[in-house]
Amino acid sequence: MPPKSVNPLQFLTDAHVAIVAGKGGVGKTTVTAVLARAAADQGLRVLVVELDGKSALASLVGADVGFLALTPSAALAEYLETHGLGRVARRLATTGVIEVVATAAPGIDDIVVLGKIKLEQSGDYDLIIVDGPAAGHAITFLMAPANLLKLMRGGPIHTQAAEVAGLLTDPARSQVILVTLPETTPVNEVVETAQALTDGGRLRLGPIVVNAYDEGGDLPADLAPAGSTLRAAAEFRNGRRELHRRETQRLADELELAQVRLPLLATPALDKESIAELAKSLGMQR
Amino acid sequence: MTDLDALISTADVVVCCGSGGVGKTTAAAALGLQAAGNGRHCVVVTIDPAKRLADALGVPGGLTNDPVRLPIEGSGELWALMLDTATTFDGLVVANAKDSDQATRILTNGFYRNIASSLGGTQEYMAAERLLALHLDNRFDLVIVDTPPTRNALDFLDAPRTLTRFIDHPVFKMMMLPTRRGLRVLSIAAQPLLRSIGKVIGSEVLADAVAFFQAFDGMQTGFRNRADEVIELLHGERTRFVLVASPRVDTIDEARFFAGRLVEKNLGVSAIIVNRATPDFGAPEGQRPSSAAKVALYDNQAELHDLAVAEREHVDPLVKDTDRQPTWVPLLAGDVHDLDGLDLIRSLLFR
Repeated sequence: MPPKSVNPLQFLTDAHVAIVAGKGGVGKTTVTAVLARAAADQGLRVLVVELDGKSALASLVGADVGFLALTPSAALAEYLETHGLGRVARRLATTGVIEVVATAAPGIDDIVVLGKIKLEQSGDYDLIIVDGPAAGHAITFLMAPANLLKLMRGGPIHTQAAEVAGLLTDPARSQVILVTLPETTPVNEVVETAQALTDGGRLRLGPIVVNAYDEGGDLPADLAPAGSTLRAAAEFRNGRRELHRRETQRLADELELAQVRLPLLATPALDKESIAELAKSLGMQR
Repeated sequence: MTDLDALISTADVVVCCGSGGVGKTTAAAALGLQAAGNGRHCVVVTIDPAKRLADALGVPGGLTNDPVRLPIEGSGELWALMLDTATTFDGLVVANAKDSDQATRILTNGFYRNIASSLGGTQEYMAAERLLALHLDNRFDLVIVDTPPTRNALDFLDAPRTLTRFIDHPVFKMMMLPTRRGLRVLSIAAQPLLRSIGKVIGSEVLADAVAFFQAFDGMQTGFRNRADEVIELLHGERTRFVLVASPRVDTIDEARFFAGRLVEKNLGVSAIIVNRATPDFGAPEGQRPSSAAKVALYDNQAELHDLAVAEREHVDPLVKDTDRQPTWVPLLAGDVHDLDGLDLIRSLLFR
């Protein structure tokens, strides 16, 4: 069965908040930048929220896109400060209080971050794209509200967890965009992640973005002399393309989600121009 | 002798560092395969919950927290395990408790379970702890460990202090107070803070935390001494660090960041592995042909060549920072998912 098709520009407006998630090395930040660029090119007012405080996102997307950097620990510190722990905490070293609170109620920092995103949602933007947490933290981040609600019976954090859980499970308000590469291990991982999120979290999954897909058919390797570098190069490329076709097909077989493909660009360093080029390529996939 | 040959013949402990998705786990396993082939008794520890090492080693049913011996040829032995953080932590608690009653009170405490599963740095802490246990295990003379795929992977080096830092903190000492006498001054300051914390997280969750600190009292010294031993091993002269990267700019930046941290701590980089490199077939010969089909072949080789050259340039700063020549592993037509595939990586690392 071929992957379900989706209008790659249309899906961005399906929900107000899009959370981009994927394992390390799959290009999550690149995809966030491309989606933000593509949405802004359509005239949407876009806010990018960045969570790990290190990426070059702001410089990749351009000045017409809003940008907000949130770090979980800073958000939690601010929350505690405004909830009666400020003055006392400072006397006994804030870090310790934050650590005990974060350990006593795991995921509380994620709840606070999601709460801040929820506040932005009622603001000036048509679309909020969140560059989700790195590596394996994406699932715990997205499941934090559901898990915390099980742990606590009341109090301000309970209320906030309930509100952000409402945001995350409302398909009109938010969707999760999973990113993968067309290779065996990343496809296995994205399938596991998708299942964990839909089974446990009742989250709406948007299309899967397959990053760095090597487009193009087989090169006529036979036309090059046997043993030549020309032939070896063509055979290598054909092998990679075959892998990409096979793995995207397997992804379609295992997950009933539409796929959006970003083409492989021949550069080891993506810059603003390549992000713009990838955003344009999105508009041409129908 | 290359850096990698020297590494696996002289080191007792090898730590692989790098960002996610660069093939770190596979590299760790391939180093272990070569070492075992050379007669060493090697154990490879992976932390990745995505079962990548089990995939790479073709272990049916996956890896467990206990080492499994793999069927390989050669005079040595290759074992592998996947770290289970919570089980390892429980074992440490049991080993340090004065009796089984104290151990049970801690192991069944909700706050302790959170520490074992989600306190920042716990995974790195347990990896380092396990490293020491395996190093002291007579079955093995080489331990290779894969670090968690985070920017904070080198917190690994400070991680053995994760728990002692936590329990030595004034806030937690204060939580132990109800069982102690004579610390009135602190105790008065403490009450409003505990009340405020209780308001945020709920009084039941807070009561669990206080119960944990009270139950833990008396075990601090044991944990502190063990942490010192682990840190001493990580800084030992037969412990070596390997950086694993792919030639993309962001992973190179990450590797340079790791290299800087290692130098800061007087721990050098012993070897660099660059995985997933575009193979270079050289620049295409002759003129660009005129027929459409042949142009595609010519352009393909040219594109791969340009990309390979650009990748080398991007890796240069890392070479300059560390004064190490990387071992390059080309991008392959598929992932490693069995011992034969792993042997291919091994042969590329030890050409």
